[in-house]
Amino acid sequence: MIFNSYDIDVFKDIWVFCEQRNGKLMYTDFELISEGRKLADERGSNLIGILLGYNVKDMAKELGGYGADKIIVCDDPALDIYTTEAYTKVLCDVAMDKKPEVILMGASNIGRDLGPRCAARLHTGLTADCTHLDINMDKYVDFLTTSSTLDLSKTAFKMDDTNLKMTRPAFGGHLMATIICPRFRPCMSTVRPGVMKKAEFSKEKADACEIELYPISISEGDIKTKVLNVVKEAKQMIDLIGADVIVSVGRGIGKNVEDGIELAHKLAEAFGGGVVGGSRAAIDSGWLSADHQVGQTGKTVHPKVYVALGISGAIQHKAGMQDSELIIAVNKDATAPIFDCADYGITGDLFKVVPMMIDEITNRKKQ
Amino acid sequence: MRIYVCVKQVPDTSGKVAVNPDGTLNRASMSTIINPDDMSAIDQALTLKGATGCQVIAVTMGPPPAEGMLRELLAMGVDDAVLISSREFGGSDTFATSQIIAAAISHLGIGKDDMIFCGRQAIDGDTAQVGPQIAEKLNIPQVTYATEIHKKDNVLVVKRMLEDGYMMIQVKTPCLITCVKEKNVSNSYMTVNGIMNCYSKPLTILDFETLKEEPLIDIDIIGLKGSPTNIFKSFTPPQKGTGVMFEGANRETIADLVSRLQKEHVI
Amino acid sequence: MDFSLNREQEMIKKLAQQFAENELEPVAEDVDLEHVFPKENFKKMAALGFTGIGVPSQYGGSGGGALEKIIVVSEFAKKCMSSAAILSIHLIAPQTIYKYGNEEQRQKYLPILTKGGSLGAFALTEPNAGSDAGSAKTVAIFDSETNEYILNGTKCFISGGSRADVLIIFALTQPNKGLKGMSAIIVEKGTPGFSIGKVETKMGLAGSETAELVFEDCRVPAANLLGKEGQGFKIAMQALDGARIGVGAQAVGVAEGALDLSIKYSKERVQFGKPIAKLQGIQWYIADMATKTMAAKTLVQYAAYLEDAGKPFTAEAAMCKLNASENARFVTNLALQIHGGYGYMRDYPLERMYRDAKITEIYEGTSEIHKVVISRAVMSK
Repeated sequence: MIFNSYDIDVFKDIWVFCEQRNGKLMYTDFELISEGRKLADERGSNLIGILLGYNVKDMAKELGGYGADKIIVCDDPALDIYTTEAYTKVLCDVAMDKKPEVILMGASNIGRDLGPRCAARLHTGLTADCTHLDINMDKYVDFLTTSSTLDLSKTAFKMDDTNLKMTRPAFGGHLMATIICPRFRPCMSTVRPGVMKKAEFSKEKADACEIELYPISISEGDIKTKVLNVVKEAKQMIDLIGADVIVSVGRGIGKNVEDGIELAHKLAEAFGGGVVGGSRAAIDSGWLSADHQVGQTGKTVHPKVYVALGISGAIQHKAGMQDSELIIAVNKDATAPIFDCADYGITGDLFKVVPMMIDEITNRKKQ
Repeated sequence: MRIYVCVKQVPDTSGKVAVNPDGTLNRASMSTIINPDDMSAIDQALTLKGATGCQVIAVTMGPPPAEGMLRELLAMGVDDAVLISSREFGGSDTFATSQIIAAAISHLGIGKDDMIFCGRQAIDGDTAQVGPQIAEKLNIPQVTYATEIHKKDNVLVVKRMLEDGYMMIQVKTPCLITCVKEKNVSNSYMTVNGIMNCYSKPLTILDFETLKEEPLIDIDIIGLKGSPTNIFKSFTPPQKGTGVMFEGANRETIADLVSRLQKEHVI
Repeated sequence: MDFSLNREQEMIKKLAQQFAENELEPVAEDVDLEHVFPKENFKKMAALGFTGIGVPSQYGGSGGGALEKIIVVSEFAKKCMSSAAILSIHLIAPQTIYKYGNEEQRQKYLPILTKGGSLGAFALTEPNAGSDAGSAKTVAIFDSETNEYILNGTKCFISGGSRADVLIIFALTQPNKGLKGMSAIIVEKGTPGFSIGKVETKMGLAGSETAELVFEDCRVPAANLLGKEGQGFKIAMQALDGARIGVGAQAVGVAEGALDLSIKYSKERVQFGKPIAKLQGIQWYIADMATKTMAAKTLVQYAAYLEDAGKPFTAEAAMCKLNASENARFVTNLALQIHGGYGYMRDYPLERMYRDAKITEIYEGTSEIHKVVISRAVMSK
């Protein structure tokens, strides 16, 4: 069977590549299955997950609980630990056979390794780090109305256009761009973890989900890299993405880094528990490790409360947190750009302001 | 033994950025820098050069001003520079870009001992796609998110970052590695001697005429017309807007703030 | 008249800026507090080729001339005056040996003073011979049997003297001829009979160790005579012309640094409901600081241009140093004032910049001596 990515009409269904590591499904899989369900409903097609690994069959049902109609499982020892060559070969072989219209993938370190390689092999387009997806044009127009400053009265939209409209931040977050892949299929998209909303799990749906075991063949010659070992760092994975409260520190704690970080921890506790994050400056100065970084090249977060201490608010940081529900900023510089997106801004020395905030909040809570 | 390092000149999005009334970026208002992840690739290449004496060639696809960036890299110790530039290449998406760069590297030659280093992603596009796609088109293995690269005989041992740890991966040359640094700061400096000599070091310009006979170059898959993805719309997100400002670190203003937080059920 | 920097100079400026921000600024406060020569940073300066400016690459240098030197020195001075002074003063040694040395001396000393990372020093001043260089008493008597010069005497206030590997000493080879009997002699660290006396504790410029040098029957090979016997004073004065432009660049740099900090602070500091940058009083201070610093900078650049073009530049070098050094005091004082109480605190660099700036009016020729030089030059026409 010849695979031709030009032949658009023969491609059907929305696929989600489901990533697992060490026998655990990645959290984004549930987010993407949930989002994929919505897109499949818009399109009137099926939502199919594809899961690669070794001894992973039993994980598949759980994915069904979030709305997948079917999960294709490729189970083989060669897929136990991720290698680019094995996963690319399997995913592309199955895609060339079954011809999905759309493939969604989580933009994890692995997704961003696998996605582009597959897109190149399939001769199709891939849009990375998407934050919003639409298929129907009227939904997309609604989205533009609420999320952009464009004057839509002057634009003509083709309402029957069913290309996947993939919206993502560019230029460090200054700009949002909607990308389409009109001439090739499958249309591929990697999606930022923590952006899409996970649906409610339904046991009924999980039980109804079909599992297809797809036989694959990989020879040793297919794999060109050797994984010598996998090391999990001793410290906990900083869960910025799941946190309700994040208190981030920036250059402003430079005078006393230890105290600054300590204050951030205490403030997060005062709010009822939270995670400490950092701007790029804080990570570059070595005050916090890279997994604390919030921003365009760090993590995108939208907690209930985001407190920025001593952070100027350069666009590449803002891009990572501006969708937080409530933003509080403390900075000595009244002209700092962070104040442009903060719900509450305090100009002052954070080493004086934060202890007072902690006191005040703690006292109020006691009352 | 050669290391091709793919680099990109990008607008400095960490500084002030002006947006045109129509929502597009005012590129002229921004200063340009060498993409930070690409500097990681340069750092790693120059480190390997120090250890093995190999040749380091910086390659960029861009408009003529990108030459300034290449001269800076030559001043840092890179041996040769290649500028891929042609009207026909303009408007390329990642697929088309990787096609062109793959064709250029193929044209320059990729031997048994050679390597290609790229930055993980560029701060303007942020896609992290061009590296892996070049590797696919040249049919060589890839390792992404590399923070350390060591050469042992004819294999590389690479530390590849995961979100919560890392993998040690062994890969044979020729191969492509995309690089990151744990901290975002480069440790490669130009030298004064390097600067004085950089304009006499070789810089090759590859245009469409030079590359069009390469098998990887097909007029239908390069440039704006050839790109599988197109920009449908671009827009500026509405600013959240300045909220309530409080001045000074004193009990009254903090009490006021916390009252409001209480009212909003944040506390 | 093209005032722009050429493309290499733009790149050198960028490199110097990066180096100053990444390497000099983070340790500037400690260098000041500890009053110790920043060895590691000097090594880094050598590795990047800064220490070889003004010497051709065939001898290990980096090429370039006065313009390249002032670009680098000013960028350094914005962040750390000590480092700027260390480099500026060091460069006198390789540049002088290049200009006046014979081939053997060039081959022996230039590679180590440029890329080799050795520190150079220039020793003219004595306890009784500051502005009045003619009262110098250090002698270098030739011993024809051993083909050596024997040095006896004391030098004081020598920048880098305690750390330098290669020093140019100005001594009387013909003591009865006054200045006409002065010669320049290269002395290496560790030469028997050459010892370091007191290392001074200063108001500022703490990283540049200022030392007393003691010569007691210090024997130095005749091959170390730089230029001809009796040529020493002329060499010293010509070397000082170039060195003065370096001081001008230091002074411009510290003024620019202080001005930048003042602008930033005035936008942050809110009093009476608005940033002090909105107050006309502050705006006028900033205008004065900016104008005078621009004038100082342009005059320093002009003097450097004259030196590089091979034109006479003694008067202009003196003018630019006199002007820039007084400006540095003016600007750093006002900058500290703008910062108010914070300016007085060690947490902020202003008080260090204020203390560092003062030396520029004194060393490498006092302002008063410069006025003598300038009036002589303009009145003799």
